[in-house]
Amino acid sequence: MNRILSTAAVEFRIALRNRWVAIAVALMVVFALVLAAAGAAPTGDIGADRLSVIVASLTSLAVYLVPLIALLMSFDAVAGEVERGTLPLLLTYPVSRAEVLAGKLLAHLAILTLAVVVGYGAAAGAAFWMDPASAAGLPALLRLVASSVLLGATFLGAGYALSALARRPSGAAGLAVGLWLGAVVLYDLVLLALIVSDGGGALTTQALPLALLANPADAFRLFNLAAAEASAAAGGMGGAAAAIPLWQSALSVALWPLLALMLAIAAFRKVTP
Amino acid sequence: MTSTLTISHLTKRFAGVEALRDVSLTVEPGQRVALLGHNGAGKSTMMKIILGLIPFDGGAVTVCDAAPGSAAARAQVAYLPESAAFHPALTGEEQVRHYLALRGKRPSQALDLLARVGLGDAAKRRIGTYSKGMRQRVGLAQALIGKPRLLVLDEPTSGLDPVSRRDFYTLLDDLAAGGTAILLSSHALTEVEARTDRILILSGGRLMAEGSLADLRRKAALPVAISVAPTAGQKAALAAALPMARANGDGRLHLDIAQGEKLPMLARITGLPQVADLEVIPPSLEDIYSHFSRRDGQ
Repeated sequence: MNRILSTAAVEFRIALRNRWVAIAVALMVVFALVLAAAGAAPTGDIGADRLSVIVASLTSLAVYLVPLIALLMSFDAVAGEVERGTLPLLLTYPVSRAEVLAGKLLAHLAILTLAVVVGYGAAAGAAFWMDPASAAGLPALLRLVASSVLLGATFLGAGYALSALARRPSGAAGLAVGLWLGAVVLYDLVLLALIVSDGGGALTTQALPLALLANPADAFRLFNLAAAEASAAAGGMGGAAAAIPLWQSALSVALWPLLALMLAIAAFRKVTP
Repeated sequence: MTSTLTISHLTKRFAGVEALRDVSLTVEPGQRVALLGHNGAGKSTMMKIILGLIPFDGGAVTVCDAAPGSAAARAQVAYLPESAAFHPALTGEEQVRHYLALRGKRPSQALDLLARVGLGDAAKRRIGTYSKGMRQRVGLAQALIGKPRLLVLDEPTSGLDPVSRRDFYTLLDDLAAGGTAILLSSHALTEVEARTDRILILSGGRLMAEGSLADLRRKAALPVAISVAPTAGQKAALAAALPMARANGDGRLHLDIAQGEKLPMLARITGLPQVADLEVIPPSLEDIYSHFSRRDGQ
């Protein structure tokens, strides 16, 4: 445990000095505040409190931004050690590869949690300032924070796995961008194309829910929209969110971090220094 | 007393090419062993196998009574890589504190360790600002953590100035006196000559020779060079008395004598009236090293 904590402390210090902490927090705060301001216009008619509306907007933001920040922090984790030449020495120490990754995960997750809490907190502050009835949206906000951290953990683990597979930072960065595009952007476009071509057949009713649950980013969206009161305000996935039970999306959101971390450890074990 | 390191019939192949062939050796507690060989002779490969960083194909390796790379072995073995690298954003002290924590030692010893390798003043500076020699010393500081039973050093003195090298070998002597077995590779043969107990010569993945310097000198049986200075005006007479000698531009005469003929020849030279002075130059470690590492078909 000491070894994991020491690794985490060192990684946090490195991220602090490389400005990653500042960058992650600033990104989240800026985007969250922009959303809070931009989402100010259309409420009132919907009948939801301001915070619930903002949480729905934040969900759409987080699904892009949280995986991006997680991958940016993690792609260098193993490949960077290989390139700097620090890995052989580290692996002669009495520390297991799983402990090394656990330490890095702890540090990166702490940074991500900080960014998410400060960013969402800023947006929530703006909501309370504009609409005192926003307290009704607090449970949704807490769910969003918790699920964002889990989503971040999933993509941190995936980033470590890609980093170990690529063994070079440039290759790992390319794979990370590919994963982000694939999982967050293209996946939904492909599903949309399938639905359109299927025209409401078996594919849409049976395969689509599974396909959504299988993608951690979609499961995250489903979980937050199904749980939120303001799913109508989010448009798009509201219908799908209603069709898939909450426990299923919650399970997917909770299991993905474990699966990603296991993949990362397996990939790291294959790296020969 | 059991050996700290035992290797028997070790074989390692990379994509069909044999990097190590049937290598057997032991290293006893407190022994300082030098590993010599050309680039690509298999030195780093052997070290990585001992450290458990890469697997091997045949033979057996026992490190501190455990399998190489096992938790028990890693707890007792320290390593200094060829060019020690660390994260540039950390200070020397933070880096060594982390290594202490990984070995389960008190991180507060970091400043003491850095002071022992002469980095006390730079401990609070980031490693990114260090010179190569300073990084090498951080590497040495981490290798000293917790009195390891086996110390594996890959070209440890490259990048160190002559004074630092002497300090470095003094540190090694202290460790060896405490029972630590030391295996180091080096290209600086003259250092190795004075500072190690045994020498191993690897060539083309094979162990070509091993033993103390005196053993190797005897086995190689290389000729001894004798340099004779004539008394004033007697050079021609001396050259006539020693017809096998070469005259160089320095006014002295030079002979290469086989080991067995050394004493009779010395007796003969000292008996000549024209001799003012003579020097006996034994084969250097470079000569012995070339002899063993080139025997393999070169």
